Amino acid sequence: MARKPARAPNDDIGEETRLQMYRTQVVIREAEQRAFDLFLQNLVKGTSHLSLGQEAVAAGFATAMKTGDLSFCTYRGHAHTLARGVSIEKVLGELMQRDNGLMRGKGGSMHLTSEEHGVMGSYAIIGAHLPIACGAAWRAQYKGQKDVSVCFFGDGTTNIGAFHEALNFAVIWKLPVVFVCENNLYMEYTPIEDVTAVEHPAADRASAYGLDPIIVDGQDADEVYRAALAAYDKARSGHGPSMIECKTYRYSGHSRADPAKYRKPGELDKWKERDPIKIYRERLLQFGIEEETIDKIDTEVRQAVDDATEKCKAAPPPPFELITRDVYADGGWAWRN
Amino acid sequence: MAELTYRDAVTRGIAQEMKRDSDVVFLGEDVAAAGGVFKTTVGLLEEFGPLRVRDTPISEQAILGAAMGAAMTGLKPIAEIMFSDFFAVCFNYLANEFSKHRYISNGQTKCPLVVRTANGGGARFGAQHSQSVENWCMMIPGLKVVAPSSPADVVGLLAASVRDPDPVIFLEHKSLYPVKGEVPEGELLDTIGTAKVLRSGKDATIAALALMVPRALEAAEKLKEEHGIDCEVIDVRSLVPLDTQTILGSVARTHRLFTVEENPRLCGWGAEIVSIVADEAFYDLDGPPVRITTPHVPLPASDVLEDMTIPSVDRIVDRVKRSLND
Repeated sequence: MARKPARAPNDDIGEETRLQMYRTQVVIREAEQRAFDLFLQNLVKGTSHLSLGQEAVAAGFATAMKTGDLSFCTYRGHAHTLARGVSIEKVLGELMQRDNGLMRGKGGSMHLTSEEHGVMGSYAIIGAHLPIACGAAWRAQYKGQKDVSVCFFGDGTTNIGAFHEALNFAVIWKLPVVFVCENNLYMEYTPIEDVTAVEHPAADRASAYGLDPIIVDGQDADEVYRAALAAYDKARSGHGPSMIECKTYRYSGHSRADPAKYRKPGELDKWKERDPIKIYRERLLQFGIEEETIDKIDTEVRQAVDDATEKCKAAPPPPFELITRDVYADGGWAWRN
Repeated sequence: MAELTYRDAVTRGIAQEMKRDSDVVFLGEDVAAAGGVFKTTVGLLEEFGPLRVRDTPISEQAILGAAMGAAMTGLKPIAEIMFSDFFAVCFNYLANEFSKHRYISNGQTKCPLVVRTANGGGARFGAQHSQSVENWCMMIPGLKVVAPSSPADVVGLLAASVRDPDPVIFLEHKSLYPVKGEVPEGELLDTIGTAKVLRSGKDATIAALALMVPRALEAAEKLKEEHGIDCEVIDVRSLVPLDTQTILGSVARTHRLFTVEENPRLCGWGAEIVSIVADEAFYDLDGPPVRITTPHVPLPASDVLEDMTIPSVDRIVDRVKRSLND
């Protein structure tokens, strides 16, 4: 039975927002699990980098955004793209490199972009998008617009030069940009602690640039959401950038080629005890949301993923004329007369 | 008509576009308060203020990344990379980011930005501050590449670059900065992708770019006066898009082709032009096309060595004369 969204005592978030965050996490989990299954059937081509286990970060940050706020993602960007409301069909279609994909198969899984949703791209060269997010934030500052540029990246990014250039740049220009480090403990195949001079790869570096060292439990969407709101408010009110390090864990390997044999024994199981969706389901129950309401979300999302999968399987590959389209703004590729 | 230096033409071109469009912003190292290390941007900070003319740290990736993010979301940034050699530390943005994002996003993303840089040799700065990197830029799909040789072209092509909806690499030649030339009054707007025939001739076509253009013109005078060889000189001006029709038309008249390139030999722009002419105008040719280039070496610093390395007027004269007399 439908109930009017209520706000429990001492609840700063509210039922409607919580249900949205729960749904977003389930969408990411189900769509990415499906992507993995489709890969095993050789229907997802190329590569894919899953965020299974990291859903709360994407859901928390996206839910706290306003329309017009901008997301800049890495190649591990399916979750952030889905979290901004891009359709499951378009994301799976792009992973399957079909004509119904988000970029009609021209970008592939590592470059998901949907400007109409504020998803300004997924960048596959580590660190490249931090300066780009700064540029978008500079535009907002220059034009007096109130949107925030939010830039997601992994722990490995904190060791590349562009990360440091961007942090310094954002601070000296006081830009409305929020840097979000998803610290899932591994830079590709190597433990981040083995290759990093400080304990907290992003937060400890933030201090060096005069920013607060913010560390958040990335398995708890509420904690993520609160940290996001605070950082967005700071950015919107002209007080400059923030760096938020979210402690999280990816259940899958780095990419589809990686079975993740480097994990410490028991590590995966330990993290699965703090599964973000499990935590959040319990949270919803604690706040008096009925189990059938939650189950209904699960059922709806699974159905949506099934429907999207069927549409993608039936979709044709992209037509050959796309090869030479949109190299330049005139829509073509002419480099000579 | 006023006489301006190439250096002052850069300032005028930027100012013209900033006056016209408040979305045009300018960033780079030492460009605002100091007016640029080559003094190409003196007075812009005073005229347009610190929100539009901004000094950056020595962070070339941040400069080009910020220009891209701003361009994607509605500004028309002009970014300065102090020396073109420094493209090597921010090449990701040229090679992977603003060149490709329109394509990989299936046409969603726009990047209307200009990267200005001081390119080329002659200043005795050695191998990391003297290179001609036009061939680095030309090979990347999605970029436009412009290299003016005269003050008037600087203003007109810079205006066209700022107004262009695609990312444009604007290569200024550092040895041309003090050179003066006539520049018409009023707003100038040229067309990217057009070469110019600067001297008509019937015996050979010489295609040149940037600093090599005045050298080719001087060589053509000498060839005419001293050897009776009448050369047509084309200023290529824009490598992408490339005005092949002007070059093919000239070769159809002169039946000989020479390119004069400052970039080191391998994969220089002249190789592409020679290949096009070989494909499409082979039977117009009366002799093999000849590329006159900097040899495939890093540039030495010493003035005597540098002058021997980069194509000179005498080398052009000698090479053309020998080829036509063969």
